[in-house]
Amino acid sequence: MATSTHSAPGAAGHPDEPRRDFLILAAGAFSALGAAAALWPFIHSMNPSADVLALASIEVDLSPVQPGQRIKVMWRGKPVFVDHRTPDQIEQARAVDVNELPDPESDARRAQKPEWLILVGVCTHLGCVPLGTGPTEARGEFGGWFCPCHGSHYDTSGRIRKGPAPKNLAVPPYTFVTDTTIRIG
Amino acid sequence: MANPVVPPPAYMNNPVVKWIEYRLPIFSLLNHSVGTEYPSPKNLNYWWNFGSLAGLVLVIMIVSGIVLAMHYTPHVSMAFNSVERIMRDVNYGWLIRYVHMNGASFFFIVVYIHIFRGLYYGSYKAPREVLWGLGVIILLLMMATAFMGYVLPWGQMSFWGATVITNLFSAFPIVGENIVTWLWGGFAVDNPTLNRFFSLHYLLPFLIVGVVVLHIWALHRFGSNNPIGIETDGPQDKIPFHPYYTIKDMFGIAVFMIVFAGVVFWAPNYMGHPDNYIPANPLVTPAHIVPEWYFLPYYAILRAIPDKLLGVLAMFASILILFVLPWLDTSRVRSGRFRPVFKWFFWLFAIDCVVLGFAGAYPPEGWWLTIGRLATFWYFAHFLIVLPLLGWFERPRPLPRSISEPVLGGGRMATAGAKPMEKA
Repeated sequence: MATSTHSAPGAAGHPDEPRRDFLILAAGAFSALGAAAALWPFIHSMNPSADVLALASIEVDLSPVQPGQRIKVMWRGKPVFVDHRTPDQIEQARAVDVNELPDPESDARRAQKPEWLILVGVCTHLGCVPLGTGPTEARGEFGGWFCPCHGSHYDTSGRIRKGPAPKNLAVPPYTFVTDTTIRIG
Repeated sequence: MANPVVPPPAYMNNPVVKWIEYRLPIFSLLNHSVGTEYPSPKNLNYWWNFGSLAGLVLVIMIVSGIVLAMHYTPHVSMAFNSVERIMRDVNYGWLIRYVHMNGASFFFIVVYIHIFRGLYYGSYKAPREVLWGLGVIILLLMMATAFMGYVLPWGQMSFWGATVITNLFSAFPIVGENIVTWLWGGFAVDNPTLNRFFSLHYLLPFLIVGVVVLHIWALHRFGSNNPIGIETDGPQDKIPFHPYYTIKDMFGIAVFMIVFAGVVFWAPNYMGHPDNYIPANPLVTPAHIVPEWYFLPYYAILRAIPDKLLGVLAMFASILILFVLPWLDTSRVRSGRFRPVFKWFFWLFAIDCVVLGFAGAYPPEGWWLTIGRLATFWYFAHFLIVLPLLGWFERPRPLPRSISEPVLGGGRMATAGAKPMEKA
């Protein structure tokens, strides 16, 4: 074997050539698989760890939130807006022609109970937190939220109405545990 | 230097490779470093595998260390828990930490074998003194890195190891106490110490990489030494590094990985101390404190000498003496194979180092103290008395004329006296 490598490596028609090609391909493929398997723990270690995943759902007590009041809670390191909407605001959100919206979605699909609107408070443009939750903050032209970074306006259903953001504010997965408690995540 | 029997690799004809090569000749650099254009002595045995193995372990340590640093918190109140979090919560964190932890031990195993290979075959002799000295610098950097890494989990052994080792510097007269305070950044091993150790533990491996590059550069100046220890004469004594030694190194790596994985998966704490799973407590010292196994011989030397300053100096000297080894060994014959007396002293020295390791592991009392002292004496005597005198009194066996001769036979043997080795 060693001597034939010396005399004519890669010479066409060498009797050992198919065998050698097979060995090189098989050994190469096996090493590549082994390398990928060895690399996986290092890559996967950067995914959320068990303690981070354990914090991935929270419960929120809604009873202190008055009609017309909005609060922020923290979920997975991000703000979640909880909006106790007034009948006016609900009416405003439902009066819109859904087909004319940039990201058409009816208010009924966005709020499990009309008076409670739950939103991920992250602008769908580039990730800032829109203003409008605090009582003195700007709410934009549609009475919902207004993102100060690049001027996106959201309505009282958290839908994008004007500005560069492509999508409505996301609704996180949540369930009503009791009438006045929700679990987010 | 081109080996006439090997044509340039096929990928050199690839147009993309050619385009890059013309602007940045990196392919020919690689090929001259570890490829077909690097002629190596054809008689290297498996003891020559440990250089590339050490390089592999260095890469494993840097990769696993960078990932661990993503999850570790260098603060006295959080460090221990962040390591426990790595063990329990981080995906595969247990594996990465055990790889890093045992990787340190295996780094020393591999490097110690590499060093003893050099000692037996006289790899430190002219013209490879600088190559050898760079290796000693790598060893010193490794020791500093390993020591500071051991402090990071902030267990009892971390804390008290850091306290004892930093206090070594208090042995120096007048400025000693000031140096220790400066090292600590306070009046005891505390948060500033942990912060700076983490910073330096991250920095030093990259310095090691830099010195390794110099080490390999110096190696390529004259090529590898070989088991016979005579210079290669020409192309007939050499084979290209690739594929012959790349494949041999890969075989060695496969064997090494089996052993390494065996320890990582089945005995990950075998070489550690249970005390380091107790959070650091500055008010209580563990009953019996010992360094990691790879520091035990130096620790034995430190304790063998009944004077604080002299003990510290002897411990440092035990490594620094390696720098001047090329001039202490007066024999002109490199390989221990042709030195009938040296061969015995070499093994005696190897046993002496193991004995020092045991002496370092036991409390310095009774027999172990005596044994530690005798072994310490012999450690220095080997370098300062045996090696200088052997060169004069030993009669080496006749050296072969060339590397090929012992393999191919024929030709008459020349005595060492008749054919002295070329000196640089």
